[in-house]
Amino acid sequence: MAEDEALIAATALVKQFGDFTAVDGIDVRVRAGEAFGFLGPNGAGKSSTMRMIGCVSRPTGGSLRILGMDAAKEGAAIRARLGVCPQQDSLDLELTVLENLTVYARYFNIPRRVARARAMELLDFVQLADRAGDKVEPLSGGMKRRLTIARALVNEPEIVLLDEPTTGLDPQARHLVWERLFRLKQRGVTLVLTTHYMDEAEQLCDRLVVMDTGRIVAEGSPRELIERHSTREVLEVRFGTEPLDRFAEKLDGIGERTEVLPDRILVYTDDGDAAAAQVHGLGLTPSSVLVRRGSLEDVFLQLTGRTLVD
Amino acid sequence: MARPTALALEYHLVSYRRTWRSSVFSSFALPAMFLVAMGITVGRYIDERSTAIGVPYLDYLGPGLLASTALQVAVGDSTWPVYSGFHWSRIYHAMRASPLTVGDMLRGHLLFAMLRVALSGVAFLVVLLLFGALHSWWALATPLVCVLLGAACAAPCFAYAARADNDGAFAVLFRVGVVPMTLFAGVFFPVESLPGPARVLAWVSPLWHGVELSRAATLGTSTAWGLPAHTAVLLLWCAAGYVLALRAFTRKLGD
Repeated sequence: MAEDEALIAATALVKQFGDFTAVDGIDVRVRAGEAFGFLGPNGAGKSSTMRMIGCVSRPTGGSLRILGMDAAKEGAAIRARLGVCPQQDSLDLELTVLENLTVYARYFNIPRRVARARAMELLDFVQLADRAGDKVEPLSGGMKRRLTIARALVNEPEIVLLDEPTTGLDPQARHLVWERLFRLKQRGVTLVLTTHYMDEAEQLCDRLVVMDTGRIVAEGSPRELIERHSTREVLEVRFGTEPLDRFAEKLDGIGERTEVLPDRILVYTDDGDAAAAQVHGLGLTPSSVLVRRGSLEDVFLQLTGRTLVD
Repeated sequence: MARPTALALEYHLVSYRRTWRSSVFSSFALPAMFLVAMGITVGRYIDERSTAIGVPYLDYLGPGLLASTALQVAVGDSTWPVYSGFHWSRIYHAMRASPLTVGDMLRGHLLFAMLRVALSGVAFLVVLLLFGALHSWWALATPLVCVLLGAACAAPCFAYAARADNDGAFAVLFRVGVVPMTLFAGVFFPVESLPGPARVLAWVSPLWHGVELSRAATLGTSTAWGLPAHTAVLLLWCAAGYVLALRAFTRKLGD
């Protein structure tokens, strides 16, 4: 893709904090109108990357161009055209829901009258219009997050950055947020988000990169990634509480590869039912057999490992 | 004032709309109590025994309390609210995502603190007027003195608050900075009564210079070192504090 087509173009982008390298030379191109995701375990460098794209943190090396401008030099001009929904809410709890939007709009030098009209419209969009005059403090987590999203839209940004937009929300609240973000995408707004929820990435992202220890380890659409790094289907076999190692040996050779977890054996295969038939054909009697579609979660765990990162 | 700085100030004005009445009241209620308790009662005791200060003690004390009120308001407004901006309300982080620069945020908040200092100064001036403690039209310049003194105290406090790891740091600041300054920098008695080394500390402190200017204005007398010298010391505090604060803010919000 040519440089000038990309709204965000990072080349060999590096971020260091002292001796620690948080982002280790990544190349990213985000096109207009797409929803682009950064996936990765904690400490993978997602948030550091987002902060550089948001022009609040200076790249240590490489180049970062956003909306055709140099992020290191024209931060304020770029920020004027970005919307940012941070991981940690920074709403003013003392002000009302409406005031949070109008005050924020003023930072962008939006005339008061315009700010107010736009704020009302956005509250409608995030389904908080009936709470316009209430204080923010007593709102639920989901409402606060929707308000933060509305706030990020108050300057009619071309790119919206969302850092873990649904972390900590209950399922209903998550689905509402996803639906609103999908509507934004329909309107042609470019979305850039980080998440460690695989279902979120599959729901929202046209394209994504998986990051691990500051590097990009895979890139593509969710479907491409599943095809490339996992299999179409996964067979999950359980044998009650019996030790799984001796079964695993027997299952070897079924499917493309197998993985033994403490409670079950995963068989990665393009045809789950056929694999299940093979298991039964060996004379084994699993306590449960489940065939499911290969998911981004399989890709993620395959690429970044199962070791817990804290 | 540059446009973005005014936009940063605007946030503080909007949130002040909620609390300005109580804050103006409380910022001069305490010094007014001091004025009554010490100016009238202690004042009567002193005035019966000595006329060395040339005016009734209440009139001497009033401009000193005016300056110490400016100090209190300035420090109060540039410690917890600044810490909150980084850690509790996270208002600076919210502003950071907009075109406002770190300098805009710092200047907007500092200007707001100065506005608060000026308002409490004006309120206290009215109290002094009611007590008949004003001897000169120069008294009208005291809000300006308050703002200069306030900025001299607030700017370094912004730097201190931006670097603070927890809000316990401010209790220390009050114990080793604000309270000793209030007691020994010429508010209640002339610094000439202090032993030599303590007098030097008073001379270094911004408050003494503010007290000198404020007292000269309300009493129509001259200052110890002259207007330019006192102003210069206060401006030096402002400039050094501002540079440190901008550096601290940039370090905190830049990466």
